[in-house]
Amino acid sequence: MGKRLGLTGNEAVAYAVKQADVDVIAAYPITPQTVIVERLSEYVANGELDAAFVPVESEHSALSTVVGAAATGARVFTATCSQGLALMWEILYIASALRLPIVMSIAARALSAPINIHCDYSDVMGTRDAGWITLFAENVQEAYDNIVQAFRIAEDPEVLLPVMCVHDGFILSHCLEVVEVLEDEQVRNFLPRRDRPNVLDPSKPITLGPVGLPDSYMEFKRQQDEAMKVAYRKVKEVGKLFGELSGRYYDVVHAFGVEDADVVAVCMGSAAGTTRYVARKLREKGLKVGVLKIRMFRPFPKNEVRELLKGAKLVIAMDRATSLGGAGHPLQMELATTFYTWRQKPLIMSVVYGLGGRDLTPMDIERMFNIALEYAKKGEVPEEALWLGLRE
Amino acid sequence: MSCLGSWKEMPIATLIPEPGNSVKYKTGSWRAGFKPVIDHSKCVKCLMCWIYCPEPAIVRKEDDSVEINYDYCKGCGICAKVCPRGAIQMVPER
Ligand code: SF4
Ligand code: SF4
Repeated sequence: MGKRLGLTGNEAVAYAVKQADVDVIAAYPITPQTVIVERLSEYVANGELDAAFVPVESEHSALSTVVGAAATGARVFTATCSQGLALMWEILYIASALRLPIVMSIAARALSAPINIHCDYSDVMGTRDAGWITLFAENVQEAYDNIVQAFRIAEDPEVLLPVMCVHDGFILSHCLEVVEVLEDEQVRNFLPRRDRPNVLDPSKPITLGPVGLPDSYMEFKRQQDEAMKVAYRKVKEVGKLFGELSGRYYDVVHAFGVEDADVVAVCMGSAAGTTRYVARKLREKGLKVGVLKIRMFRPFPKNEVRELLKGAKLVIAMDRATSLGGAGHPLQMELATTFYTWRQKPLIMSVVYGLGGRDLTPMDIERMFNIALEYAKKGEVPEEALWLGLRE
Repeated sequence: MSCLGSWKEMPIATLIPEPGNSVKYKTGSWRAGFKPVIDHSKCVKCLMCWIYCPEPAIVRKEDDSVEINYDYCKGCGICAKVCPRGAIQMVPER
């Protein structure tokens, strides 16, 4: 068994990045991610980590810097959230299209306005189509474990895509938990340095990021789509290998009580723990409810979702972000597409919760399950989303 | 349609593995109906057209006289505009 340390989510991320022996870090502080950057600058300053730390003037520059550094073959890291992630937006697409194995940590935070520093996924959901592999952590241990796995996934020669590791702002970023960490040696062995074709080297000149007009653009996008399909498989493989190393096995989803459940709540991040807690209590009373946690949001784990939810009458899509004016909210739309393109189609009930850090209480979740069980009995769902915890 | 082949065969990451191959990209096909023609009797070899042409389409020769390489000339008409002697005319093609 590895060492046990008391770490906050942000500290756990920084610790994992240090162990990953990154070469270049460029980041700009933003609440609630700041501690990650602070810790890493300390590690570099006191010689624990031999890396270039670039204190940039904005997040746009932070991601641009790691794009440039990754293009020279360096192992790189950055971190941000909310407005900072929004400011990175145009570079997100460049990072993935240039197939650079960048690892970025996001301490998920709501987007302004109104100004809010607390957790929701409006920042991350804005990157849905940017071509990044996206992993969500449920707790601090997972935040640490995801970062270690992220480098291995990103740098896989068949993948070569950037990975975004999300942990909930404040709920996890500032919450102290006991974390079991690997030895430095173990992490280094788990993350061997590998060659890749998209490295700038003056002795072997290549062009990276040229124009790609109508005669080539589509082909590059199709390649990225294919890389995502490979990534789906690789995230599962790496989760297993990581399990053999640490005893903590990972899959792209985590299921609780779904086998016999009439109603299954689908959620991401720290909400999964609370939702499971309530589901367990309700199951003790004989109610057939379950929980499916989505760990990997991109690529979306369609196969597992279909397989594990095939017996459910009603699926609750718990969205911590909105798609204002959309046909549904982000997770709801993923689930709807996942099932509509398949043979079985459970009812999908939309729930919006936790925006701007609004607390998700066990009472709210119990109410949500009870409403869902009623609808499951009737065989229908409401047209509008249920906004949990909202003052009506 | 393209010499690049299937997406499965193309290099990934938008990268071009061979340096200096932009000469293979013939921008001459972009011309939309007009091409520049030089009247050498008016030309004073000032090389304004050579400096302003955005493509490698004005070819400068040993004696500083100029010629147009229609493989790369995209027909923008800048050369005709900047020529101080009115030596270049944009004429309809075909
Ligand atoms: S028309 Fe434009 S591209 Fe063609 S020779 Fe003149 S300046 Fe160059
Ligand atoms: S700009 Fe006119 S005069 Fe000058 S070199 Fe070109 S064609 Fe001759």
